[in-house]
Amino acid sequence: MPWTKIQADDSRGRVRFGGGERPERELSYREAIREALSQAIETDDRVFLIGEGIDDPGGVFGTTAGLRERFGAGRVMDSPIAENGMTGVAIGAAMTGMRPVFIHMRVDFLPMCMDQIINHAAKWSYMTGGRVKVPLTIRAVIGRGWGSAAQHSQSLQALFAHIPGLKVVMPASPYDAKGLLLGSIAGDGPTVVIEHRWLYDQKEGVPEGPYVIHAGKGAIRREGTDVTIAATSYMVYEALRAASELEGEGISAEVVDIRSVQPLDEGLIVGSVKKTGRLIVADTGWKVCGVSAEVAAVASEYAHDALKAPVKRICLPAAPTPASVSLEKAYYPGIEAIVRAAKGMV
Amino acid sequence: MRNDLSKDALKRLYAVMLTIRRFEERVVSLYPEQEMKCPVHLCIGQEAIAAGVCAHLGTEDYIFSTHRSHGHCIAKGMDLKPIAAELYGRSDGCSRGRGGSMHLADPEHGIPGTSAIVGGCIPLAVGAGLSSVMQGHARVSVAFFGDGAADEGTFHESLNFASLKKLPVVFVCEDNYYATNSPRSARQPDIPIAEKGRGYAIPGITVDGNDVLLVHQAAEEAVMRARSGGGPTLLEFTTYRWKAHVGPNSDIDEGCRPAGAHERWLKKCPLEMFQRYLLEHAAVSAEELERISVRVDREIDEAVVFGKNSPYPDASELTEYV
Ligand SMILES: Cc1ncc(C[n+]2csc(CCOP(=O)(O)OP(=O)(O)O)c2C)c(N)n1
Ligand SMILES: [Mg+2]
Repeated sequence: MPWTKIQADDSRGRVRFGGGERPERELSYREAIREALSQAIETDDRVFLIGEGIDDPGGVFGTTAGLRERFGAGRVMDSPIAENGMTGVAIGAAMTGMRPVFIHMRVDFLPMCMDQIINHAAKWSYMTGGRVKVPLTIRAVIGRGWGSAAQHSQSLQALFAHIPGLKVVMPASPYDAKGLLLGSIAGDGPTVVIEHRWLYDQKEGVPEGPYVIHAGKGAIRREGTDVTIAATSYMVYEALRAASELEGEGISAEVVDIRSVQPLDEGLIVGSVKKTGRLIVADTGWKVCGVSAEVAAVASEYAHDALKAPVKRICLPAAPTPASVSLEKAYYPGIEAIVRAAKGMV
Repeated sequence: MRNDLSKDALKRLYAVMLTIRRFEERVVSLYPEQEMKCPVHLCIGQEAIAAGVCAHLGTEDYIFSTHRSHGHCIAKGMDLKPIAAELYGRSDGCSRGRGGSMHLADPEHGIPGTSAIVGGCIPLAVGAGLSSVMQGHARVSVAFFGDGAADEGTFHESLNFASLKKLPVVFVCEDNYYATNSPRSARQPDIPIAEKGRGYAIPGITVDGNDVLLVHQAAEEAVMRARSGGGPTLLEFTTYRWKAHVGPNSDIDEGCRPAGAHERWLKKCPLEMFQRYLLEHAAVSAEELERISVRVDREIDEAVVFGKNSPYPDASELTEYV
């Protein structure tokens, strides 16, 4: 079991976020992912990558570029455009000794595989009384902008997070992208790793060797005392920008990077809310029945007495993604919405 | 009928078929006690397919199955006790009471599991075939599924990929002409399911699934092809389900399937046909068959006692194994 030798970083936020003063070399988010995949293939014979066009020169936003040349088509495998069936193939391989990583250019293609993910991957351990595990990693890309419109820019983390038996992580930083991806590949169950297209060029210091971060741990990215902003993925950056602006106005915001949507780091969120007494949740997805609803519910259940104001949620409105740039602008909330919400609470 | 099988092999085939039949009949007789608190999809009338196919598989080979899986699991060598305990929802069940009749599993006997989502297991079997190739062992992976599953996208996606990569997979369609109460003629154009293999460059053959020796022969070729790197085969075995789609009763009075056809198929009982063959052409004596029968009944008795005596899983372990 090669993974047991690999160091786990289960601290919450050991790493300074957003690069800067780290001694190690810097990597972009895309490079961190590519390095994680290479190291997984090198570390463990059971690991293989599969997905539509993952051996293209472009290599899924650069995250798989060159890997087929390096490891061969047996480990880095192009796939027919048959998402549900191929998810089943990956699951069948996973339950018989392999550790596949199924890579999707867009999360929007995953509704094609919901049967295999929900009814099979997520259920198998339980249905077999724990006798058969499905160590499957599914990488899915979310994103926004450039008129990608309704079928190429959704943010479907809540769909997966709803399902017991699935883990869902959303790395926001290069360090997390590498660690969470390796943690998922090393794990025993199915994990959906959701990456944001706008993060691929983010850079920060990333250790050269392999390390794993297990799902279930959030991270405090900035400490504060007046309001907690709990954010997912790209929204972490909007939250950090909002926190800087709020600081100028005398409001001290704490930014929690949710990192793991399922399991959710309830303790970290509750602890922060108990300290600040206020909660804003900023998610890349829809508001209704979304991740923000779950986070708000956690605060209400476990930190109710500490809350000095109603929870605010900064999410997408209940509409599919529009194409026109003017509508896109109206669709995506960001720093202004977060700042406004915070000012209204404090 | 062929006669190149040893007497022992023939008797083993018979014992497997009889075990499946008697086990299912025991479920029928015990079900009204309401102690097996899960839906049961019985395969009485279809036993020859499970027996004839699994005769070619070793413990390490894989099978994947469906909601109607008792026969496949028995034929693959699974012990009856954990099956019975699972039907009773007990902690000694093969799935520790988490699966029930529709989710039997036994990885130690090459049964990674069964899915009650129609068509759900077919790609899993292909994945196990891929795994087998990647790990460099010659394990064959068999997907059992019904004619209904051939309506599903997973069936086609699976044939496509298995053929593309020449995987050691045998697709075994048990064509009993119905998916619940819906006849195949209402769901598919009128061509044999085996012919759908042609579109994917997979050899396909339609065989009388009630004749265990024909099943055995067709499966032998398919398993050999898979094991020797020749890629997948699509076997369609025609057969008929005697009981209702689900539950222990007959559905003959419900009028969904024509009574005439039912009568005809009852006359084509796979077990009786094989028994007659053994007595008349294989020099197996009535006493030998009787000895098998006694042994099978005893094993089932023991399995039922084991199942009923096994404790229920404790409520405190509700969320274990998630
Ligand atoms: C995806 C899906 N759709 C519908 C059902 C309901 N259902 C259960 S069994 C069945 C019929 C299956 O027919 P077939 O594949 O021919 O198998 P058989 O029952 O005849 O053995 C249906 C429609 C289901 N379980 N899964
Ligand atoms: Mg059928």
